[in-house]
Amino acid sequence: MRYDIIWMIIGMGMVTYIPRMLPLAVFHRVKLPPFLQGVLKNVPYAILGALIVPGIFLLDEDPWFGVLGFVSAVVVAWFGANIIIVVLASVLVLSAYAVL
Amino acid sequence: MDTALTARTLSSFRQGVQAGMSIAIGYMPIALTFGLLAKTTGLTLWETVMMSVIVFAGASQYIALNLLTLGTGGFEIVLTTFILNIRHFLMAAALNEKAEQESLWKKALYAFGITDETFSVAAMKPGKVNASYMLGLIFVSYGSWVISSGVGHVVGERLPKSLQESMSVALYAMFIGLLVPTLKKQRKVIWLACLAAAFHSILLLGLHMSKGWAIVISTLLASVLVQSFAKESEESDDAL
Repeated sequence: MRYDIIWMIIGMGMVTYIPRMLPLAVFHRVKLPPFLQGVLKNVPYAILGALIVPGIFLLDEDPWFGVLGFVSAVVVAWFGANIIIVVLASVLVLSAYAVL
Repeated sequence: MDTALTARTLSSFRQGVQAGMSIAIGYMPIALTFGLLAKTTGLTLWETVMMSVIVFAGASQYIALNLLTLGTGGFEIVLTTFILNIRHFLMAAALNEKAEQESLWKKALYAFGITDETFSVAAMKPGKVNASYMLGLIFVSYGSWVISSGVGHVVGERLPKSLQESMSVALYAMFIGLLVPTLKKQRKVIWLACLAAAFHSILLLGLHMSKGWAIVISTLLASVLVQSFAKESEESDDAL
């Protein structure tokens, strides 16, 4: 094991943990103003949108790969399928596409 | 009373484990590829597993490999990791609004496992989340991440490439599976998701902003905009 690599990993671990922990510690038992509470309640839905797009369309050089994965996940999820089913269905569709 | 409390803790933990299964599946191809890339970058098996154990942040770990290949120094890699992880600050603040009142050390413990994926699953869960649920969720996700990284380092070259490619869509499919049911119920959610997606695309592809900042700014922009608008149009809309 090389010490420079170990120290780099420990440093990466620290700067990853601090932003994850700090808000929970600082806002522990703190009631935020209503507007800010509303903004934070919006964050999960907004961040999901940003996590999906544009990432899914840049998965492969072939743009149809992402489009196909996107559409199949949306369709299966629309009919109320369990998340695992949504995941497996889109993987299956793309496997079939890769074979064809 | 004691047994009732333990039973509740156990069922929350189990619920978390169940919710984490799709994350565990989604992490496999990413961690396997990470392990393989780490090997080609010249990291030993132990360094690779140690990075997954200590850091537990997919995008940062990938970029660290990239920068190592380019000969970038450790300090710069740590700084890049920090910028990439500022979004977790936002996620932890949002999760705090949903967290049950529990002792600080419990929150500090599960904070370690807040990733894009565990956060998304926890945030979409109806009602509050407690430490037992979070620990169950993190237990399977983290387990899959660490084990798959090691496996990738050892057998990565022998994995079928086509399966790895088609499995790379798994986490995106999971995000879609989380978002779509709520999208059907509330118009506000459609606005939030579409606006953030549009802003993110513009910032990343149009303005070539760095990944770390692009996601934070697009999320904040969409959340604040929709909140200001919702407040003006109907004060009573408390559906969310």
